[in-house]
Amino acid sequence: MTAPTSSDSGRPDNPAYAEWRERYDAANLRDKPFETMSGVPVEPIYGDGPYPGEYPYTRGVYPTMYRSRLWTMRMFAGFGTAEDTNARFKDILRNGGNGLSTAFDMPTLMGRDSDSPWALGEVGHCGVAVDTLADMRDLFADIDLSAVSTSMTINGPAAVILGMYIAVAEEKGIAPDQLAGTIQADIFKEYQAQKEYIYPPRPSVRIITDMIQYTSAEMPRWHPLSISGYHIREAGSTAAQELAFTLANGFAYVEAATAAGVDVDEFAGRLSFFFNSHSDFFEEIGKFRAARRIWARWMKERYGAQKERSMLCRFHTQTAGVSLTAQQPEINIARVAIQALAGALGGTQSLHTDSYDEALALPTEKAARIALRTQQIVAHETGAADVIDPLGGAPYVEWMTDEMERQAEAIFAHLDDIGNGSILEGVYAGIESGYFVGEIADSAYRFEREVNNGNRIIVGVNDFTDGDDGEQHILRIGPEAEEYQRKRLADIKLERDDDAVAAALDAVTAAAADPTVNVMPPIIAAVKTYATLEEVVMAMEKVFGTYVEKAVL
Amino acid sequence: MSDAGQIRIILAKLGLDGHDRGIKVVARILRDAGMEVIYLGLRQTTDSIIAAAEQEDADAIGLSMHNASHMTLAPAMVKAVEAAELDTPVIVGGIIPDEDLQPLRDAGVAVVLGPGASAEEVAQAVRDAVASA
Repeated sequence: MTAPTSSDSGRPDNPAYAEWRERYDAANLRDKPFETMSGVPVEPIYGDGPYPGEYPYTRGVYPTMYRSRLWTMRMFAGFGTAEDTNARFKDILRNGGNGLSTAFDMPTLMGRDSDSPWALGEVGHCGVAVDTLADMRDLFADIDLSAVSTSMTINGPAAVILGMYIAVAEEKGIAPDQLAGTIQADIFKEYQAQKEYIYPPRPSVRIITDMIQYTSAEMPRWHPLSISGYHIREAGSTAAQELAFTLANGFAYVEAATAAGVDVDEFAGRLSFFFNSHSDFFEEIGKFRAARRIWARWMKERYGAQKERSMLCRFHTQTAGVSLTAQQPEINIARVAIQALAGALGGTQSLHTDSYDEALALPTEKAARIALRTQQIVAHETGAADVIDPLGGAPYVEWMTDEMERQAEAIFAHLDDIGNGSILEGVYAGIESGYFVGEIADSAYRFEREVNNGNRIIVGVNDFTDGDDGEQHILRIGPEAEEYQRKRLADIKLERDDDAVAAALDAVTAAAADPTVNVMPPIIAAVKTYATLEEVVMAMEKVFGTYVEKAVL
Repeated sequence: MSDAGQIRIILAKLGLDGHDRGIKVVARILRDAGMEVIYLGLRQTTDSIIAAAEQEDADAIGLSMHNASHMTLAPAMVKAVEAAELDTPVIVGGIIPDEDLQPLRDAGVAVVLGPGASAEEVAQAVRDAVASA
């Protein structure tokens, strides 16, 4: 074979490329030939800069992207009791998943114990129930917490759950600085979309800044915040609204943390994002590319970040649960495959693929395995992971990237305006006035109208409806989980040292009342006495109060 | 029903479930269909819904459930309506598997609307439930 010439190889001839190429050549790559199925060798990148790993990172946050390491296949799991979920975790690890992602049940997400009247009929349904340290211990039994990265999707009571995780790791002899993972803790999108808030916005942000400060000092491998557009999109927003609200929330947290005295470069490198991958393929890819560019620009230009890592919008992606249809559920496998491919082509750092049966209930084991296999096909069979940003430079994709950015900037300008020059105050004001929920509800209604009047076809729903055999295989969470949790909680309450619990909870309340004290250490001390999730949440609620949303249509 | 024959319906999220996309869309659909919609919002209890139904003299109560708690909470709502000696029909929509439809009807739920119901089907189901109450 003759050596290809520059133009034959597709290698650009410019200094920026040479600079990127130097970084690329110095990196470790996956041990495989980068060639097509037919044996055609392919370059790591085609087209013009800015090259991946180069500001503003439109084409990717790292110089080598998936040529060095594929995205993390992080499958979200959680149901029933901690033991049930522990078994699913081990199953995921055995099947080649390499990150754990924990779903909690509704009472846990709302900071309620399994014996609360609010928990009736909800225990273990949408995720795993965690009431005390004992449940957290079971959840991660026989899993080496220094070797996995764990994501925990919880917001209102995030500090308490993080405290339990730290305490369980300590029992296993693992120090906080060895723990890798992410806790979502993104409270803004709760008021905007997911609605799992406990305290009003300002005290909630105080807890988050405490978590940022604590993890900055003690847990260098931990991401204290996953700024999430996923739920905003699921609630009905457009792609551009998802992008803009999410990044605006990110800016708001940056403003809050820097106002609390943390240097932007101390924590911004550990912020991460979480986006939805919906069915409009090119719009999604444009959204992901725009997210990187916007975040880099704002961090550098507006917030004065100096470190490269502070400017990187690294994100997790999940396929769009809301796109799954209850009708002909098997065809959801095709939807998920396309959405997963968009996530990969958009340069995601990790990916959860939804199971085809999730429109109706939690996934069965078989459906969850097919979902994981779907992204393994994207990773290993399609060639999409061999070339970085393979759609970069395509006129439509570049235009869509610009368009997403343009729409997002218009929303930032509005928030900056209503916040009198502060995005943080703009986000508070938008929550207060119902701006976010109103915008999202308008978009959701527009979409529903389009489906209803037939202008938008959803296969199996308003067209191509033949073939639904009506068979539904549903994972049911019986009442046993609820009975088990209540019994277990009652036993723990009998056995624990009540005086120690009361003293520890008083210390949490005292910390909450003093803005100069970090709430994390007393929370960790409290969960070690087997104070329950709800008790710790209530100890802070005494100071912070609760949030009640105005019912806005 | 009001003098003009306009249906008044209470819509609420009962319990902890925060998924409110569906219920907000349904609220607008029912308004477009000429009904008066009183949306109570999130985190309602059977007591708060009954109080609102009495105060507003509602013709129907609509619940939206996406949390797999419908088999517990929907029958509890029906019992609360009976205990208050009201004859207000309870309508449930959301993520309801087929095999739960009959048990919910047996428990006294007037109508169950699953995923994929069109705007017309939703409005007509409410009218029918109110007419036969």
